[in-house]
Amino acid sequence: MRLDGYGYRATAHYRRRKIVGRVFQGLTVLSAGLAVGVLFAVLGFVFVQGVSGLNLELLTQTPKPPGEAGGGMANAIVGTLMLVGLACLFSLPVGIGAGVYLAEHGRSGALAQLIRFMADVLTGVPSIVVGLFAYTVLVLPLGRFSALAGGFALGVIMLPTVVRATEEMLRLVPDSVREAGLALGITRWKVTLRIVLPAALNGILTGILLAVARAAGETAPLLFTAFGNPFWNLDPTQPTAALPLQIFVYAISPYDDWHRQAWAGALVLVCLVLLASLAARLVGSRGVVSR
Amino acid sequence: MTLPATLRRPRRLSSRTEDLIFKGTVAFLGLGVLGLAVGIGLSLAGEAGPALGRFGPGFFARSVWDPVREDFGVLPHIYGTLVTSLLALLLGGPVALGTAVFLAEFAPGWVRNPVSYLVELLAAVPSVVYGLWGLFVLAPLLRTTVQPALGNWLGFLPLFQGPYYGVGIFTGGLILAIMVIPTMAAVSRDVIRAVPDDQREAMLALGATRWETVRYAVLPAARSGIVGAVLLGLGRALGETMAVTMVIGNRPEIPASLFGPGYTMAAVIANEFAEATSDLHLSALFAVGFGLFVLTLPVNIAARVLVWRVAWGPVGGE
Repeated sequence: MRLDGYGYRATAHYRRRKIVGRVFQGLTVLSAGLAVGVLFAVLGFVFVQGVSGLNLELLTQTPKPPGEAGGGMANAIVGTLMLVGLACLFSLPVGIGAGVYLAEHGRSGALAQLIRFMADVLTGVPSIVVGLFAYTVLVLPLGRFSALAGGFALGVIMLPTVVRATEEMLRLVPDSVREAGLALGITRWKVTLRIVLPAALNGILTGILLAVARAAGETAPLLFTAFGNPFWNLDPTQPTAALPLQIFVYAISPYDDWHRQAWAGALVLVCLVLLASLAARLVGSRGVVSR
Repeated sequence: MTLPATLRRPRRLSSRTEDLIFKGTVAFLGLGVLGLAVGIGLSLAGEAGPALGRFGPGFFARSVWDPVREDFGVLPHIYGTLVTSLLALLLGGPVALGTAVFLAEFAPGWVRNPVSYLVELLAAVPSVVYGLWGLFVLAPLLRTTVQPALGNWLGFLPLFQGPYYGVGIFTGGLILAIMVIPTMAAVSRDVIRAVPDDQREAMLALGATRWETVRYAVLPAARSGIVGAVLLGLGRALGETMAVTMVIGNRPEIPASLFGPGYTMAAVIANEFAEATSDLHLSALFAVGFGLFVLTLPVNIAARVLVWRVAWGPVGGE
């Protein structure tokens, strides 16, 4: 006689239910394993292929003409940093300002709801479409591709994340804090800037770092804004190289040496992005207000 | 006022005015976000005007893409976008849902956090890196193993016939599936966790197994949120550019087979925009972008509405 764990006689029906349960539980484990396995397959290849192509030349030289071996991606790495910097210059004031409005002044007003909705719409706009927009706004009037246009496109992509992070973190600051400030006779805007924002700073920083991590890896919006550049360039009004752009161009080229450099560049890019998201985790785990 | 001059602060605004200026500034920045979203739609529509005016609705219904003779119809690209995205949902959806159920219901605490983190990392990998991997690792692998196997088993269907190129619609769909898994899994996990524990306890008290609890009490309650998560994934798949561009084959045709090379709307913009010289070609590409914008907009809005309602419940959401 077979007994289940509680001493009752296990019927065939009950045994079947248990087996079905086990099978489906097993399938969920398998799915999670598959998702994690794919991650390791991708990162593993990037690491193995990238390390063999990684050398000092890659990090210090500019690209050689097509087909010539050697050269590097130093200008692209610097270009990516510049583009992300320009993106922050645009998206942080606008995004934090809009977040402050939503959390401190708008709350549940109709205008605030509309802005919130539009920020969500912005999240869903494909990045290549954002690139087209940046082209009409900055490339057409200036008459040439520029780092400025690329930075603007990345900024638009960062913007909704910054808005949302700012609003959510400010809302976590208890109203008693605001009331305490106001009761001391401090004006409202100073309460917001000097008391509420600093309290939420770590959380907002987390959101910003996550947005930076995403923007740094974007390629599509840079194709016809920053455009790419085989030479050093620190002038924001000129076309600029960017790491993801360089990886793309090298990957679809017919040259083996460029393929090798594309893998090495991918390794550098993945490290940059993972560093930013790791920093986001570290910053987010401490601080006055956090989730 | 009779305050001595030293106590008066000269030429300062009253605190009420200061507050108003501050409020005005942040409200203006908020309006900037709104203006940006509207501006994207309007500017694309404006630039798309000449091409849409020239070709009319036929632009979205014809299968010609000839920049040399300036004849443009975007049906092959629409087909490629829709079919790769659909494949991504079919292949990635079950895996994402399984992962979400595992993380929300079955995983012990010491497994849950690391696996959650790893799945989120999958979302952080830049799309060009997926493209690189897809081009040099996945596509050759598919050409030599998976595609011949599928061709042998299911070759009687036209969808699985034809030569194995490696790159093509099928590969594009698979790489998209990998890319949308983290979005769908993370959001589904959150909506599943948002189902009240009462539901689970009631089901367990009836003698249900843990799987039956999930199947009959938890998943139905989370259904609309899960649909929302899938739609979010769809929105991402429709607009994804680089990875697909690198593995789709870039041929403006509608292949009978899933293994054939195709094109997507995002990919044609990525490949041709910087090199387009004629105004009509540029305008046609803008029209493709506008079409993509219009296609993803309702998907994303529906997703947001569904996910909000479940994850934040009727209290916070309404």
